Amino acid sequence: MDTVFTPWQSLAGGALIGLASTLLMLMLGRIMGATGILAGLLSTSSFQDSGWRLALLLGMISGPLAVLAISGQMPLIQVPVSTPMLVVGGFIVGIGVTYASGCTSGHGVCGIARLSRRSIVATAVFMIATGLTVYAVRHLWGA
Amino acid sequence: MRLITSYFIGLIFGIGISISGMANPAKVLNFFDIAGTWDPSLIFVMGGAVVVAFIGYRIVFLRKAPVFDAGFQLPTNTRLDVRLIAGSAVFGIGWGISGFCPGGALPALGTGRIEVLIFVVALIAGIFAARGLIALGAARVLSGKT
Repeated sequence: MDTVFTPWQSLAGGALIGLASTLLMLMLGRIMGATGILAGLLSTSSFQDSGWRLALLLGMISGPLAVLAISGQMPLIQVPVSTPMLVVGGFIVGIGVTYASGCTSGHGVCGIARLSRRSIVATAVFMIATGLTVYAVRHLWGA
Repeated sequence: MRLITSYFIGLIFGIGISISGMANPAKVLNFFDIAGTWDPSLIFVMGGAVVVAFIGYRIVFLRKAPVFDAGFQLPTNTRLDVRLIAGSAVFGIGWGISGFCPGGALPALGTGRIEVLIFVVALIAGIFAARGLIALGAARVLSGKT
């Protein structure tokens, strides 16, 4: 499935992600990581922190609706993946991010911005693994 | 105030994810498909986010503490261990299969698309499965010591 190259839109979106990460550190002193926020909400031991995490998650979910309100269009979501593969992929992502203590947002953006050695290694590893997986699925397996 | 602030920070993140293309699996998978239908857009997402956060953090860390807390809560672990590396590799495999990562999928729930919900439910199941595995491992280590 072809997609349109959107350098300016992607750069603007990225800048907003960086801005949100900066603001969360400034206001609450926390890393803006989707894994940490979701995992924290699914944990009973961090109950006193569930308020801000839930508010943040609700804000995130409002994002596409705000885009709809401003531009008149929902953000484009094209899923060239079968339902079984979504389930398998999602389950594997859940295992991986739990062991790695982070994903694209926590390690890939916040961690690299802090020059964390762990995050730089984690990001390099998952980018390579994702690239190899996509190559295997699309060009070896032929999906 | 803390909750309202968190909501608006989440909203900025969600808008950023939505317009960047990170919530669109077709775009994510094409970014990695250099040998096929390559779409380099996502390098601009990562680049924009890292540059802004890098500069932003430098300014924020001039303060002794955040606005709503007594101190910054930063990860203290600096070890490059097997869990980090194997976990990241496993995450990459799942990301390559599904095209969704947690940061892209959580805001995308707002679109109401069933595919996003399916991914997020599977993601949560995976998180609990990993916790079970980690607890099992810890129990084994503890029983080995006694």
